[in-house]
Amino acid sequence: MEWASQLCENRGLGSKMTDSKYFTTTKKGEIFELKAELNSDKKEKKKEAVKKVIASMTVGKDVSALFPDVVNCMQTDNLELKKLVYLYLMNYAKSQPDMAIMAVNTFVKDCEDPNPLIRALAVRTMGCIRVDKITEYLCEPLRKCLKDEDPYVRKTAAVCVAKLHDINAQLVEDQGFLDTLKDLISDSNPMVVANAVAALSEIAESHPNSNLLDLNPQTINKLLTALNECTEWGQIFILDCLANYTPRDDRESQSICERVTPRLSHANSAVVLSAVKVLMKFMEMLPKDLDYYGTLLKKLAPPLVTLLSAEPELQYVALRNINLIVQKRPEILKHEMKVFFVKYNDPIYVKLEKLDIMIRLASQANIAQVLAELKEYATEVDVDFVRKAVRAIGRCAIKVEQSAERCVSTLLDLIQTKVNYVVQEAIVVIKDIFRKYPNKYESVIATLCENLDSLDEPEARAAMIWIVGEYAERIDNADELLESFLEGFHDESTQVQLQLLTAIVKLFLKKPTETQELVQQVLSLATQDSDNPDLRDRGYIYWRLLSTDPVAAKEVVLAEKPLISEETDLIEPTLLEELICHIGTLASVYHKPPSAFVEGSRGVQHRRLPPRAGSGESAESSDVGQSGPSEAPSAVIPSQGDLLGDLLNLDLAPPTATVPSVQPSMQMGAMDLLGGGLDSLLGGDIGGSPSMGASLGAAPAAMPAALGGAPAVGGGLGDLFDLGGGVGMPTGAYIAPKTLWLPAMKAKGLEISGTFARRGGIIQMDLSLTNKAMSVMTDFAIQFNRNSFGMAPAGPLQVLTPLSPNQTIDVSLPLSTSGPVMKMEPLNNLQVAVKNNIDVFYFSCQYPISLLFVEDGKMERQVFLATWKDIPNDNEAQFQIKDIHLNSDAASNKLQGSNIFTIAKRTVEGQDMLYLSIKLTNGIWVLAEMRVQTGSPIYTLSIKCRAPEVNQFVCQCYELVLKN
Amino acid sequence: MIGGLFIYNHKGEVLISRVYRDDIGRNAVDAFRVNVIHARQQVRSPVTNIARTSFFHVKRSNIWLAAVTKQNVNAAMVFEFLYKMCDVMTAYFGKISEENIKNNFVLIYELLDEILDFGYPQNSETGALKTFITQQGIKSQTKEEQSQITSQVTGQIGWRREGIKYRRNELFLDVLESVNLLMSPQGQVLSAHVSGRVVMKSYLSGMPECKFGMNDKIVIDKQGKGGTTDDSGKSSGKQSIAIDDCTFHQCVRLSKFDSERSISFIPPDGEYELMRYRTTKDIILPFRVIPLVREVGRTKLEVKVVIKSNFKPSLLAQKIEVRIPTPLNTSGVQVICMKGKAKYKASENAIVWKIKRMAGMKESQISAEIELLPTNDKKKWARPPISMNFEVPFAPSGLKVRYLKVFEPKLNYSDHDVIKWVRYIGRSGIYETRC
Repeated sequence: MEWASQLCENRGLGSKMTDSKYFTTTKKGEIFELKAELNSDKKEKKKEAVKKVIASMTVGKDVSALFPDVVNCMQTDNLELKKLVYLYLMNYAKSQPDMAIMAVNTFVKDCEDPNPLIRALAVRTMGCIRVDKITEYLCEPLRKCLKDEDPYVRKTAAVCVAKLHDINAQLVEDQGFLDTLKDLISDSNPMVVANAVAALSEIAESHPNSNLLDLNPQTINKLLTALNECTEWGQIFILDCLANYTPRDDRESQSICERVTPRLSHANSAVVLSAVKVLMKFMEMLPKDLDYYGTLLKKLAPPLVTLLSAEPELQYVALRNINLIVQKRPEILKHEMKVFFVKYNDPIYVKLEKLDIMIRLASQANIAQVLAELKEYATEVDVDFVRKAVRAIGRCAIKVEQSAERCVSTLLDLIQTKVNYVVQEAIVVIKDIFRKYPNKYESVIATLCENLDSLDEPEARAAMIWIVGEYAERIDNADELLESFLEGFHDESTQVQLQLLTAIVKLFLKKPTETQELVQQVLSLATQDSDNPDLRDRGYIYWRLLSTDPVAAKEVVLAEKPLISEETDLIEPTLLEELICHIGTLASVYHKPPSAFVEGSRGVQHRRLPPRAGSGESAESSDVGQSGPSEAPSAVIPSQGDLLGDLLNLDLAPPTATVPSVQPSMQMGAMDLLGGGLDSLLGGDIGGSPSMGASLGAAPAAMPAALGGAPAVGGGLGDLFDLGGGVGMPTGAYIAPKTLWLPAMKAKGLEISGTFARRGGIIQMDLSLTNKAMSVMTDFAIQFNRNSFGMAPAGPLQVLTPLSPNQTIDVSLPLSTSGPVMKMEPLNNLQVAVKNNIDVFYFSCQYPISLLFVEDGKMERQVFLATWKDIPNDNEAQFQIKDIHLNSDAASNKLQGSNIFTIAKRTVEGQDMLYLSIKLTNGIWVLAEMRVQTGSPIYTLSIKCRAPEVNQFVCQCYELVLKN
Repeated sequence: MIGGLFIYNHKGEVLISRVYRDDIGRNAVDAFRVNVIHARQQVRSPVTNIARTSFFHVKRSNIWLAAVTKQNVNAAMVFEFLYKMCDVMTAYFGKISEENIKNNFVLIYELLDEILDFGYPQNSETGALKTFITQQGIKSQTKEEQSQITSQVTGQIGWRREGIKYRRNELFLDVLESVNLLMSPQGQVLSAHVSGRVVMKSYLSGMPECKFGMNDKIVIDKQGKGGTTDDSGKSSGKQSIAIDDCTFHQCVRLSKFDSERSISFIPPDGEYELMRYRTTKDIILPFRVIPLVREVGRTKLEVKVVIKSNFKPSLLAQKIEVRIPTPLNTSGVQVICMKGKAKYKASENAIVWKIKRMAGMKESQISAEIELLPTNDKKKWARPPISMNFEVPFAPSGLKVRYLKVFEPKLNYSDHDVIKWVRYIGRSGIYETRC
């Protein structure tokens, strides 16, 4: 049918933006044709034409030009045609507000139609037309419809109030619609009640402090009655609303639970999960010795298990939620281990989640079964899954002491398979087992050593080196083994280098006679040949310790290490409580609070579980109530910032956390202590010679400060830098002023503002961290989400001193562009997670794409010409930059400062044509032609690039650079 | 709530796009295409977050349905809604295919307008929808009809309309079970469960009140104690089954089930799923698979598999299929089987052995020699489990329908006049034996 041809045409249109001149004629012609058809006298032809218009709209074609003609078709008694016209209106009214008014009359008239279906259709559609002028006219019909005799109209009107509130909240309040909506909660029709509840809940969410959803025992009773009678969807709205209520006492809580439990047998999984949410929350208030409490616990298990026979997508949602539920109340599912066994044909996302839950449920009673399963999984195909299974075996060993021996032998079996990633994963977890049960399983070291050569992942290498160092006295050829690693010292990752340094020092302390040469070699490699400050610093510290006081060195380096705890990836209790209140929702799927992924005011509200009713169980209630930031999350490794801990070589990554949180970035090393500040300070004058900064940073004199950690080194230098920044660097690249990225409100008192800069070829993120909370903040770390250009921190966030209240620290974070890549929307969007001792916070910011312009971006003339011709014309985009009062030479100079290079200049009839080239960090070239009319403030810029999506951003950079 | 709903074909071209919320822009359509449909890697999650926008997707044959939101929506509800949307579309125009969607796009928009308002799902029962949304355009309705429609759509019994009449009142009950098994090579049951469905086709006049009874252990035990039945407690205990959990169609009065464990309802007209249940105890495993795999050197495998049927000799199992996986480096296979046909299917890396029929208490055997190409691939073959498909004419859970009573006080037909049919079908779910 016509659809197909239109679809094809549109594809063509979409991809060839610049050739639109050619296409406009056809487009015009087509629109013209449609126009004629729309104005035809024949009803059928009209309808066909509207259908064509809707089809074009679907594929994203702009048919707004037909607005008046389509609206003319609105006055019809053909309901189907009417619906189509309404669909069109909803899409385009916003872009044509003046013409949308034309439709008002028909709407008002339709709202009075004798047919309830038409009345409802009119009020439903009107609410979707987001034009201020229309909303004024909407009020009267809406008021009538809210009191319509027909429930179908009333239920539609109830939702319409929420729509109107979204457009104009004030209007809804002024017109008293909220009260009418509240009245609808007592409506005789259950569906009207359900929709009114949904609308009120949504409105209440954007007014966190209003008492809009004034839930009291009477309204709760009405809701519970409606719950039995309304549609499955209505039941979900009501249950989700109920979950926000806090019962007055345990008795009320119990009676609500009793009336909600029948929902656990509903065929709709969402109804079941929402009921589980209400029960999990209200259960909190029941005294544990109550019989009913036990009954309820028993009732929860079967429906949760049943969710696992749903379609895979729902299974996934269910599993993510079960993961939370077993952390909060492990007793519910403790006997249900078997249902979480992985099936061969499960989708990978279901497999991984099941595995997680299996580990959580593992106990002495079922460990044999679990281990047998895990061993089976370790032979599967999917690499991620296999790795996780191997790690899980290690976790079992740490969790269930009785099983440790069996786990170790299973791991040894797996090592025998010689499958590379299995071996590496196994070695990493065996290291953890050694930490947990010292002096028990060292007999396997020999087997591990056999696999030394096959280890090519940093984490596995580091783990192996740690083992060799830790047990150097029992390994005869420890020195040889370590020496073999030393050969390629500079090619190793920081994690491995640090570990190697420590391991050799340990070896030296244990066998000083044979290894003197080795230790000297590693110390000199670390201190003299390395430009990694972490490594240098650690090298110097060891050097001094060894040379001044070997006994102290022994005490520090060979000190007893703290044991690691069993549960490694538990969700922090406050967060867990909040997530339990969000069972069934996206938050429970992401395991993140809604504020982390919802914009605006919605979701900022934190939910808490109600405190348990007093029944002589004060301990229990304080346990639940305790949720302040003072409660440290259980971590395997002591706090990251602890320099001593670092010296104790605990810098191996903790067993992988499944929570998508910021990974402690200490092991990433590679961060210049002072580098950020110094480099930028000097950058302007010396032209960014990195060696200067490096040599300064390497000066041992800086070390006491770092060791003591008392004076605010970073802060002081940062301040100096700020002064420097104020003076400005006339020839350097333009740096935008810092903008607020994370308001203190959203981050429990941490405020972050920042900007980006490129200094001496290094991309830096300049951050100002301000503590607006009452308590001290420590342990900062940063991580980026995957992004379009693979930006990633090149080192940890160096905040050495704790950030006291009201203090601001400026830090510069060097960035690399070698991180994982994922296209973002917009292209230059960067999602950042910052962690401190309180929580993890997320924000996103946008970087100027000029950051990515590299220094060697000057293209050869010939190459430029050829490339320009080679890039298809479709990829060309034209922009105008206004209000520039520079001549072309000045502009060229200015651009050069930001690595936009002028290749050639031509003057034709008083017009300067500049040809410019840019190279991005990922190797993409962006070519441009800039036309400068002498005396005119308007520049015309044509940009050509093989990846045309960057054009727009590049243009923005031109404008920014030229104007600043 | 749901901010928008898109339907794509396998190439990622948009077939349907309906935006409900202002926070969802047109670029969301492309974001999903680029990041999910055209993504190089296999999909790792049915929920994807792209630039603070969450996408939920399901796939039906090669059609993608995606729901988009920027809020903290009820994720389970979104998926349930997407499935429901598929059901509704199937009920209207059959298979969900690109062609059908394009041919019915106006209808789909109309449905989407009706069943999703501002992102909130509304009544989506096809029985009700079909009374006022039709493929033949809107029928002109009388005033009574109109109010009947609206009261039905919003009413307590939104799934059935009044005034249905049949000359012959008839109902069909199908007990459909799928039996799942995971067995160790040594014959130890690692996990086994039955997930069953009771599907009802009802052609009944008026608004009949139905009551369904089965051999649920809890009910039987209760009756046994009360002394209301003639069965002695012991024998009824044997015939009853322990149901781990069950869920019901929304027509069933859940509070009544919760308090009395009785299943009463007014059924929708035509076919629907009355209940689903799950059992794990005393499952009759219709087949036992005994594998024997022997590696003969590095280039040969010997496989012998015996299957034993474990049910009454008078019953016949059908459509039996045993799938024996073979290594990726298989070069040739020789198969000998006593019964049925067996074939090595290189494209599926498996030997597929098919038997049309097999009576109870019998056994059959297949042996195969698998030649392997020598490889230097260090990775060992993962040995996927041997899986099995079959169909048997009984319920492996042991479930029995005891009664289905129909009352329609307003019309002049009684329970005895209703013709009732009951059928049991047991199928294999995931029925695997590790080897």
